[in-house]
Amino acid sequence: MLFTLQNSEDVRCKCICPPYKDHSGQIYNKNVSQKDCDCLHVVEPMPVPGPDVEAYCLRCECKYEERSSVTIKVTIIIYLSILGLLLLYMVYLTLVEPVLKRRLFGHSQLIQSDEDIGDHQPFANAHDVLARSRSRANVLNKVEYAQQRWKLQVQEQRKSVFDRHVVLS
Amino acid sequence: MKFVSCHGLHVCFVKSMSLCVLFPVPPLSPVVSQLTRYPIRQPHWNRHSYTTLINPNMVNAGDMNGSGNLMDFLDEPFPDVGTYEDFHTIDWLREKSRDTDRHRKITSKSKESIWEFIKSLLDAWSGWVVMLLIGLLAGTLAGVIDLAVDWMTDLKEGVCLSAFWYSHEQCCWTSNETTFDDRDKCPQWQKWSELLVGQSEGASAYILNYFLYIMWALCFAFLAVSLVRVFAPYACGSGIPEIKTILSGFIIRGYLGKWTLLIKTVTLVLVVSSGLSLGKEGPLVHVACCCGNFFSSLFSKYSKNEGKRREVLSAAAAAGVSVAFGAPIGGVLFSLEEVSYYFPLKTLWRSFFAALVAAFTLRSINPFGNSRLVLFYVEYHTPWYMAELFPFILLGVFGGLWGTLFIRCNIAWCRRRKTTRLGKYPVLEVIVITAITAIIAYPNPYTRRSTSELISELFNDCGALESSQLCDYVNDPNMTRPVDDIPDRPAGPGVYTAMWQLALALVFKIVITIFTFGMKIPSGLFIPSMAVGAMAGRMVGIGVEQLAYHHHDWIIFRNWCRPGADCVTPGLYAMVGAAACLGGVTRMTVSLVVIMFELTGGLEYIVPLMAAAVTSKWVADAFGKEGIYEAHIHLNGYPFLDVKDEFTHRTLATDVMRPRRGEAPLSVLTQDSMTVEDVETLIKETDYNGFPVVVSKDSERLIGFAQRRELILAIKNARQRQDGVVSNSIVYFTEDPPELPPNSPHPLKLRRILNLSPFTVTDHTPMETVVDIFRKLGLRQCLVTRSGRLLGIITKKDVLRHMAQMANQDPESIMFN
Repeated sequence: MLFTLQNSEDVRCKCICPPYKDHSGQIYNKNVSQKDCDCLHVVEPMPVPGPDVEAYCLRCECKYEERSSVTIKVTIIIYLSILGLLLLYMVYLTLVEPVLKRRLFGHSQLIQSDEDIGDHQPFANAHDVLARSRSRANVLNKVEYAQQRWKLQVQEQRKSVFDRHVVLS
Repeated sequence: MKFVSCHGLHVCFVKSMSLCVLFPVPPLSPVVSQLTRYPIRQPHWNRHSYTTLINPNMVNAGDMNGSGNLMDFLDEPFPDVGTYEDFHTIDWLREKSRDTDRHRKITSKSKESIWEFIKSLLDAWSGWVVMLLIGLLAGTLAGVIDLAVDWMTDLKEGVCLSAFWYSHEQCCWTSNETTFDDRDKCPQWQKWSELLVGQSEGASAYILNYFLYIMWALCFAFLAVSLVRVFAPYACGSGIPEIKTILSGFIIRGYLGKWTLLIKTVTLVLVVSSGLSLGKEGPLVHVACCCGNFFSSLFSKYSKNEGKRREVLSAAAAAGVSVAFGAPIGGVLFSLEEVSYYFPLKTLWRSFFAALVAAFTLRSINPFGNSRLVLFYVEYHTPWYMAELFPFILLGVFGGLWGTLFIRCNIAWCRRRKTTRLGKYPVLEVIVITAITAIIAYPNPYTRRSTSELISELFNDCGALESSQLCDYVNDPNMTRPVDDIPDRPAGPGVYTAMWQLALALVFKIVITIFTFGMKIPSGLFIPSMAVGAMAGRMVGIGVEQLAYHHHDWIIFRNWCRPGADCVTPGLYAMVGAAACLGGVTRMTVSLVVIMFELTGGLEYIVPLMAAAVTSKWVADAFGKEGIYEAHIHLNGYPFLDVKDEFTHRTLATDVMRPRRGEAPLSVLTQDSMTVEDVETLIKETDYNGFPVVVSKDSERLIGFAQRRELILAIKNARQRQDGVVSNSIVYFTEDPPELPPNSPHPLKLRRILNLSPFTVTDHTPMETVVDIFRKLGLRQCLVTRSGRLLGIITKKDVLRHMAQMANQDPESIMFN
C-alpha cells in the first residue's frame, strides 16, 4: 500500500474538547496509532483532576486522520508544470509563430493572408503549410505535418463550436 | 457534395453540409497491408464473389486479362470501408455482425494450436484489461483534480508559507497553535493582505483580500477559456448530452480525443477553483469516457468496432460518476439510466468492475486525508419520524419547481447565446460572469468558500464541537450529555444571521447557475443543484426544529418530540433537499437515491430520499418531459432517438416517408443498366447518404441498399486500379455481369458494397412500430415498399422531424443525419 512511504508527521489523532466548567476548549494533536486514538492517550496533560476525567473525556471527540504529503506535493508540482507548459505552448502558437512565419515566408504569405481576411484565428495558415510540405520525408517534417493536421482539426472544431454554434451550444 | 480529386498528398477534402472532413486515402501499396487490418467479412454482404470469378467462363464480357485484376480487386477490402464519417450515425447491426464474425473466427481458430488458444483467451480477457486500465486512469485523474482544486481554491485567499503546495487545511495540519475558538487559523497560512501589507483585520485588509480574490478568479477563468479555445474547443460544456448522443450511435470525431482529455482535466481544475457556480461531475464523466476511448484504441477488438467501443464507453461513464461521488453502484446505475443507450447485461458487470477499480484508486490517493471519497461524507444515524415526511415532500415540490425553472431559463439563455451576438464573445462572457460571481460571492461567507465545502457543512449535524455560525445554538452550560445526543435547543443569534445569509446565497445561486451552465468552459451541474437544495433544506430543517422546540405541546410534535430529546436533524433536511433539486433537474430516479445513500452511508434515510425524489420528478414532469440533458440535446439538434419518449400518434409510414407527394421521385440505382458516369452524376447532384438498388426503373423491385461513401470509394478505386473501367462502363450489382454487346467497355461489379438485407416496412405500417424498430435496432434508414415495389425511404432524421412536428416543436431544428 502507499502508506509505507509516509513520514511520521502524516498521521495524527486529533481530539477536540469543548469548554468544561472553567476550562476553555482545547485541541490536542498527537501521533499515535489508530487503536490508541482516544481521549485518554491523546489529551496530555489532563487539565481536570481525577474524578472529572471521565466526564471531560465523554465530551471530547477524537478522530484519526492521515494524509500523504508526498502525494500532495508531487501532484501539485506536476499539475503546475503541465499548466505552465500548456501556457507556454499557447503563447507560442498564438503570438510567436505567426510572427516567425511572416518573417520566414515574407511577401508571398502576406499576399495570401490578405485574401484570407476572415480568418484571424490561430492556425489560420495551416492549409498553406500542409500544401507546402509535400515530399520531404524526414522526421522533423513528419512532426510538422502531424502538427499541421492537428491544427486543422482544432480549427474545424473551433468553427463548429464557437462560430457556427452547431455543437455544444 | 463536391468531390475534389487528390493533390499529391493523398489528402482529400470532402465537403458535406459545408463541414470540412479530412480523411486520408492511402496510396496503392498500403492497400494490400490493409488486408490484415480489415479481415472482417460482412456476412450478409457478398463474400464468395471471388470464387465465381475464378472460373473465367462466367465472365463473358470484357477482356480476360482483366479477370486477374478483378480477383485481386475483389479480394481485398476497400480502404476505410467500415469507418464512418464525422457527424453521422453508425450502423449498429453491421457492427454487431462484424463482431460475431470476428469472435467466430477466433473461436474456430483457437482449436488449431496452443498459440491460437492463448490468443483467444487474450481476446476474451481484453475487455477486463480495458476496464482495469480505465478505472486506474479515471481514479488517478480524479485524485489529481481533487487535490489541485483543493489547493487552488485556497490560493484565492492566501498562501501557505512553509510549503506553498498545501491548502489551508493541510497547512494547519501539523500546527500546534490552533485553538478551539480559532481552529482554522495558524501562523503558517496567511491571507494575502497579511502577506502584502502586514494587516489581517480592518477595512483596508478586507478590501485588499476582496480585490485579490476577484483577480485570482478572473485569472483562472481567463486561462481556462483561452486554453479551451486554443487547444480543444470540444472540452467545453458538461459533456453528458454529447456522450449520450455518442453512445446512441452518433460519431463526433475528436470529442473523446487525447487533447480534449488533457485540456478538460486542466481547465476543470481552473474553473472550479475560480469560484464559478458549477461542479465537476459531468466533466468527470467526459474525462472518464476519454480515458475509455483511449484505452479501447489500444485493442483492435474495440478500436475497429464502433458498437463494441460504445460498450466500453458506457462502463467508463460509470467509472466517472463513481469517482465524482464515491458511489460505485450509483455510478453504474447512472450509466444505465442516464447515459447509455444499449446496455447489455455483460456491460453491467464490467461497469461495476471499472467503477470499483476507479473508486479504489481514488481512495488510495486519498485526497481528503481521511480515507473518504467525497468531501461530504456524513456519519450520523439519527432516526427520522413519519411526520417529517410532510416537509420532505414539500422539499420535493420545491426541487421539482426549481428544476423546471432552471431548465426553461437555461435553455432560453443558451438559445440566445446560440443565435444572437452574445455567442460571438465567449471569452468576454466568461470573464463577465466570473467577475459578477466573485464580486457577489465574497461578502457572504457561505458563497465565498467552495460549493463542496458548503454542502459538507450543511449536511453535517451540529454537535457540541461545531464552531460554525449555523450551530450557534443556545447551550445549557449544565448539560452533561455525550456529544452526539444533544437535544433540540433554541437558536442563538448566530443561527438567525446564518438563515438570512443562506437565503441570500440561495437566491444568488439560483440566478447565477442559469447563466453559468453552458458557457464555453467545462461546467457541471450536480454540485450547484445540490447546493441549492441543501440550502433550502437546511433552512426548512432549522425552521421545523425551532417549531418543534417552541411548540412542543402541539399535537404533531407531542408524540415524537419530547422536550429534552433530539428530534429534528436539519442536516437530513439538507440532504433531502439536495436530492430533490438534483432529481428535479436531471430527472434521475433510482440512480439518484443510490448515489445519495452511498454518500451518506446510511440505509435509514432511503425512504425520505425516495419520497423527495419521486415528488420532485412528478412535479417537474408535470411541466415538461425533458431533463436538462435531453433539453440540451434538442437544443443542439442531435439525432438522438430517446428511449423514454413515447410515440402515441396514429400516423402511418406513408405519411413520413420520402419522397412525399409532389416531390421529385426517389433517386435509385438500377441493377445493371447504369453507367459509371450516371452513378457519378447521381452522387454529385444529390446529397443522400445512400441509394436503394432496384431491378430496373420499370419494375421497382428492391435488391438492396448501397451507401454513398462506399460507392464513391469503390468507383474511385476502380478508376485508378482497373484497366478497362471508363465512364461508359456499366455498373452491375448482380452476381454475373449482364449481357453486353461486344466492344463495350469493361463492366464494374459493385456487389461487394451492396447491403442485400435492408430493412423494409410496408406503407401501412403504423409509425409507432417504425419508431420502435428504429429505436430498438438502431437503424439509420428504412425502406418502404408496397406489393414488393419500392415506394420510398424513411431516415432517422425524418423520424425525428416527424416526432418533433407531432410534439409541436420545430422540425427544422434536427440538423444532423
